[in-house]
Amino acid sequence: MTTLINPEAPVGAPLGKSSRPRDALFAGISRGSGIVVLIVMGAIGVFLLWKALPALNANTASFLTTSAWFPDDAQPKFGIAALAFGTLLSSVIAMVIAVPVGIGVALYTAHYAPRRFAPPLGYIVDLLAAVPSIIFGLWGLQILMPNSIGLWRWLDDHFGFIPLFSNEQNIYTRSIALAAVVLAIMILPTVSAISREVFAQVPPGHIEAALALGATRWETMRTAVFPFARPGMVSAAMLGLGRALGETIAVALILSATFKINWQVTEPGGNTFAANIALKWNEAGTIGLGALIASGLVLYVITFAVNMAARLVVERRRDFSGAN
Amino acid sequence: MAILDRTISDDELHNLLSQRKLPRWTTLTTSATAIAGSALLSFFSPVSGVAGTAVFAFLLFIVLQTGLSFAVEGKRYAIDRLATTLLLSALITALVPLVSTLLTVTIRGLNAFNATFLTSTMRNVSPRSPGGGILHALIGTLEQVAIAAAIGVPLGILAAVYLVEYGNRSRLARAISFFVDVMTGIPSIVAGLFVYTGFILALGLQRSGLAAGISLSILMIPVVVRSTEEMLRLVPRDLREASYALGVPKYRTILRVVIPSASTGIITGAMLAVARVTGETAPLLLTTFFTQSINVNPFNGPQASLPTYVWDQIGSGTTASIDRAWAGALTLILLVMILNLSARLIARASRVK
Repeated sequence: MTTLINPEAPVGAPLGKSSRPRDALFAGISRGSGIVVLIVMGAIGVFLLWKALPALNANTASFLTTSAWFPDDAQPKFGIAALAFGTLLSSVIAMVIAVPVGIGVALYTAHYAPRRFAPPLGYIVDLLAAVPSIIFGLWGLQILMPNSIGLWRWLDDHFGFIPLFSNEQNIYTRSIALAAVVLAIMILPTVSAISREVFAQVPPGHIEAALALGATRWETMRTAVFPFARPGMVSAAMLGLGRALGETIAVALILSATFKINWQVTEPGGNTFAANIALKWNEAGTIGLGALIASGLVLYVITFAVNMAARLVVERRRDFSGAN
Repeated sequence: MAILDRTISDDELHNLLSQRKLPRWTTLTTSATAIAGSALLSFFSPVSGVAGTAVFAFLLFIVLQTGLSFAVEGKRYAIDRLATTLLLSALITALVPLVSTLLTVTIRGLNAFNATFLTSTMRNVSPRSPGGGILHALIGTLEQVAIAAAIGVPLGILAAVYLVEYGNRSRLARAISFFVDVMTGIPSIVAGLFVYTGFILALGLQRSGLAAGISLSILMIPVVVRSTEEMLRLVPRDLREASYALGVPKYRTILRVVIPSASTGIITGAMLAVARVTGETAPLLLTTFFTQSINVNPFNGPQASLPTYVWDQIGSGTTASIDRAWAGALTLILLVMILNLSARLIARASRVK
């Protein structure tokens, strides 16, 4: 049957193989362009590993468990413990803030807002994604930081018994918490755009059935919308996490980089993989660059895994993609 | 059950259905009470400041409304009202940073933003003195983004053509499609590291606008592939078959029929991709760094760009340089927003047809 509708086989030409060289050429070029994507993804890992190995071999400390970062000393000593800690902590806090808000925004625009206002509202929230990260960094540093000191002090005064909120230095600037708030703002559009797409794809029949049974609007959401959209919501949260893990410039501007593991998130200090690369890049020597590349490789592997997991969750419903 | 025993008038039905329901004006009065109560409390100790008062008023409103609704309408409707309020407040929470960012960038950016700012460079301007400008960075950004688009857009479109027209959901096509999605999540700094290790260290390319453009193109490709793929799938199968029936080869069908009919969508996607990478800072710091004067040659030596200009000016930290940073941010956001809005307008214009 396929030969009958095979457009590549002109009348009289031998079936199966294209006798048109330009057709074959174009097919080859487009196929090659697709393969470039795979090559790039693989090459990133290969090149980073290749250039990181000399530094990793020269390292006199354990790469995974050391917090210090002295790669250009005579006895290079560096590790990613503090970087990994800061990256995960800031991203998790950002997720805790952004996922509920983002899903709320998505739910409101998809099922609560009046029909006429829903698309513009969605578009306005998407605009957040268009604001470059350097601008959020500048805004976080100049506007959010001075205006949020009161909040952090209040948390310290009233909830200081929780180790996370206590602040022994009584300085409330350039902290992981501040960076996390900015990260939350930056991943909000990712979370809300993807969840909105899933919410919009809930079959109207499910919703109408719930309403017909007398459910309130919220009960409809709980019984008809959430069960359908759960994989999409999980994936939205994970894609948001992936974005927060790799965000560089805003974090680099806000944090005053330290290489310590400190749970007191409102105190100055902390560091992340990406921010550390941007901050140390131009003062790094040969081993220093290798060490930064090695930490970048770890970041790549982590974000790769998170993104892959997120995509696998919604694999069955392929239409949701952060790219559109 | 009583309803079924006899016919009831419309008025009666209305009464039956609307009983135990809060009248519409409750929302207004409840919020007024909440604001008043919070304002009153702000004279005493626990609540202070505008933000504190607002937050407390919000909490008071939620408690009052849920309580009232619980008493009059019952638990289910109380929860429903609570959920609606929380969802709306999530939306407002999301809009606050957006509005604040756009406003402050505009207001503070205008301090140093003028015609001279757009037409001069930072050459021989000390960080402390006012003046200077952004021309060198504007040139750099336009060239780097153009290079990125020249690489990323054709590659992305061709890859999408493969996925839609040739892939046929083969194993290769599914792998590409999956990794395109994963690629959207690559941190931009990793793209910079890749160009540094793969092109600058391994191939001996200079730190230059070209290297920056390559790193940006890596960030563009997945966006272009995904949007183009979506558009190509919308092209009706009949169009292709009509073309094949006329004996047109497949590659000409794609180039002359399929891509043109999807062209507005493809252009929109490409412009959104360009807008997305225009504001990227991290890869540029690794691949070209920045300079204070004009370098029109993207193949040779470091080149400035708008994001790295803002980064540099923030780093200087003087009053004059922070003013310049805001003005640079304004320039950048204008450029990105113009790209973004015109892409959406093109998309909307094409949808009407």
